[in-house]
Amino acid sequence: MPTAQLLALTGVSKEFPGVKALNNVHFDLNEGEVHAIVGENGAGKSTLMKILSGIYKKDAGDITYKGKSVSIPSPLEAQKLGISIIHQELNLMPHLTVAENIFIGREDRRPGGIFLDNTKLNEAATTLLKELELNLDPTAIVGELTIAKQQMVEIAKAVSYRGSVIIMDEPTSSLTPAETDALFKIIRTLKASGKGVIYISHRLEELAKITDRITVLRDGEYVKTLDTAGTQISEVISLMVGRTVEQDQRPTNRNIGNEIVLEVQGLSDMHLLKDVSFNLRQGEILGFAGLMGAGRTELARAIIGADPKTAGKIILRGKELKIHQPSDAVDAGIGYLSEDRKRFGLMLTQNVTFNIILSSIPRFANKLGFLKMKSADGIARDSIAQLRVRTPSERQYIKNLSGGNQQKVVIAKWLTRNCDVLIFDEPTRGIDVGAKDEIYQLLTKLSNEGKSIIMISSELPEVLRLSDRIAVMCNGRLTGVIDNKDANQEVIIELATKFSDDLTTVN
Amino acid sequence: MSDAVKAATQSEGGSKVSAFIRREIGRVTALASLVVIFVFFTIMRPVFASWANVSGGILMSTTVIGLMAIGVTFVIITGGIDLSVGTALALVSVIVGKTVMAMHLNVWGGILVGLIVGTVLGSINGILITVLKLPPFIATLATMKAAQGLALITSDLKPVLFTGGVKGWDSIAQGRFIPNFPNGVLILAVAAVIASIILNKTVLGRYTFAIGSNAEATRLSGVKVNRWLIAVYALCGTFVGLAAVVMTSRLGSAQPDLGLGYELEAIAAVIIGGTSLLGGKGTISGTIIGALIMSVLINGLRILELQQEWQYVVVGAVILLAVYGDNVRRRRAGEV
Repeated sequence: MPTAQLLALTGVSKEFPGVKALNNVHFDLNEGEVHAIVGENGAGKSTLMKILSGIYKKDAGDITYKGKSVSIPSPLEAQKLGISIIHQELNLMPHLTVAENIFIGREDRRPGGIFLDNTKLNEAATTLLKELELNLDPTAIVGELTIAKQQMVEIAKAVSYRGSVIIMDEPTSSLTPAETDALFKIIRTLKASGKGVIYISHRLEELAKITDRITVLRDGEYVKTLDTAGTQISEVISLMVGRTVEQDQRPTNRNIGNEIVLEVQGLSDMHLLKDVSFNLRQGEILGFAGLMGAGRTELARAIIGADPKTAGKIILRGKELKIHQPSDAVDAGIGYLSEDRKRFGLMLTQNVTFNIILSSIPRFANKLGFLKMKSADGIARDSIAQLRVRTPSERQYIKNLSGGNQQKVVIAKWLTRNCDVLIFDEPTRGIDVGAKDEIYQLLTKLSNEGKSIIMISSELPEVLRLSDRIAVMCNGRLTGVIDNKDANQEVIIELATKFSDDLTTVN
Repeated sequence: MSDAVKAATQSEGGSKVSAFIRREIGRVTALASLVVIFVFFTIMRPVFASWANVSGGILMSTTVIGLMAIGVTFVIITGGIDLSVGTALALVSVIVGKTVMAMHLNVWGGILVGLIVGTVLGSINGILITVLKLPPFIATLATMKAAQGLALITSDLKPVLFTGGVKGWDSIAQGRFIPNFPNGVLILAVAAVIASIILNKTVLGRYTFAIGSNAEATRLSGVKVNRWLIAVYALCGTFVGLAAVVMTSRLGSAQPDLGLGYELEAIAAVIIGGTSLLGGKGTISGTIIGALIMSVLINGLRILELQQEWQYVVVGAVILLAVYGDNVRRRRAGEV
């Protein structure tokens, strides 16, 4: 290779009590290169990143940076070397301005060192933003920006250290396709200026677009480094999971009744939703596709009464429901599984039993209000067996389970509550490729058993694989409902970007 | 302004003005409430608006709580809390009194002792919170009780009558450097201006907001968060020290049992002034307005001859209203 090597890791290991998080891992990065690290959750990606950014210390192995052996004892030291990291959960101060965030810790000061020089600060930010061709106002308050723009702030901040290595951890996980393209443009600018980018992503289809090489990790072990050119995604996936996973599947052997379980008529809300009507049949999986911000989560929240509606009817098995708050929906048998499990779906510091019975506590209480823990644990054990939750016992804390198993616990919670209409919002977000498959099978099994499922997903292969019908939203409106057999990615994207017929109401 | 900034500004159009109003509406509402309450009492009892009542009654009674509230504002913006400021006030007063008597200090020496002791007490809170990693509520609850005890021990449970022996001590609060304008009020005003400059123009101020907004992100950005947090609690202590000096001057003695409960009034002033208990957001001017609302209310209700018991109830109701109003406003703005 003609380009110089920036970074090389050889034989890096890291052990946590009882877990070998990294075992003899190799990795290297050249100038002007985008090198992806992929692997399932628990493969060791984030441990590796944390070692590189000075948050963890390695137990063994060497790190060479620009030809010299280095140690990285702290985040400050990593920055001094020129290694910046953009974390998946953005690390910004929402109350401060763009410029203040970019230069936090390195503010321009007036002579004397006590007073800040905001004019100089904003000028420096403006220069930097221009250099990166980012359209951002340095004086805007970061908390008022979109996620995509906040991420641009993070990138500007990382570049402002004038380092040579930038680590991006799942940078596209909350971006729209257009925003992702804009990000890729920025990454190409960085590449052209000779920086090395370490790119971590669950979205494998992105790798071909932006990376030069791909390193695969599995269970803390180094598997292989591939040149992106000439590599098939399926090959990467089989290296990640250690077996072959099929892509582009469609539902098979589906047997859906004609009975309409849930009917939504003319639903609108204060901000976004406009006259949304659709129906859901017994045993059906109805997928909801659309861009970020199309209103799918808002629709789900309006249906279950988490947010107020301004118009519309919700009819369950022919009877109109008066839903004013989420408990009304739950009482009617409609369960909502939020896209943000950790915030809205689970009590992380409680055990599996507690979480499974959370929605049905009165059933597990005697007349004096004491909990019948034996029967609760029994139900929990049944659910664990039925949904194949991998946990040492029903008293394990939720935070110790993997993402896929946490999701199964949320499902168990609603099944225990006897919900037969389930609304899944991004059911596989943050879940490994291997575990995703299991969630897909579980959703199919639930629908075959007669549960009616609404599934909101931003991953089109997922929508196409599971949904019997696909509803597409754009800008708060339903732009189409299509049968799976008529659907493909192109058709869905066309419907998802159908902004045209009411430009006047865009706010 | 560069082209990029201009473009950004233009593209956002009039939303900048509305964003400004949205951000500042908390203080605007607080100020409007202050004016309304003031006008109400003036109509009920015109004597309320007399300069004698405004300066000697309302403003003077704002000085001690106001100075403490300024310090607490910094702490609350970092997302912390300081429950110890009330009893620390008593402890500083007593130590100042005892030291001034033992060492025969002049007025400047005494003031310096007050500021130093206050700062040290504040730093202790900061160290407990950062080094021992105690939650601010617990750490300052502990120092609150300890300071209460130490104030009583140091003073032998008796007021320390030292002010008569120090020339000019009574004019710290009660003198008139500017005609018709009590020095105590002047001190509060100057302190507020200085605090506002620290908060908005200095590195310490920037990190105060940064820590309250997202402490982990601040730490990962290479800022020594612990060091700055100690500085914030120390600064809070400095203002408490100043408040103690002003209080001894007003009372003519150091009272070891006076101060408990003041911390809650100071916190109330900060909250009424629109500073978020969650951190990241707040202003000194808001805090001053909050402190004024409380003293205007107490003074006015007293002039209306409402029983003291009922005065407490009214103040409680105002705190509820202020915080509820803030919640409603933020929910509308989509912040919550």
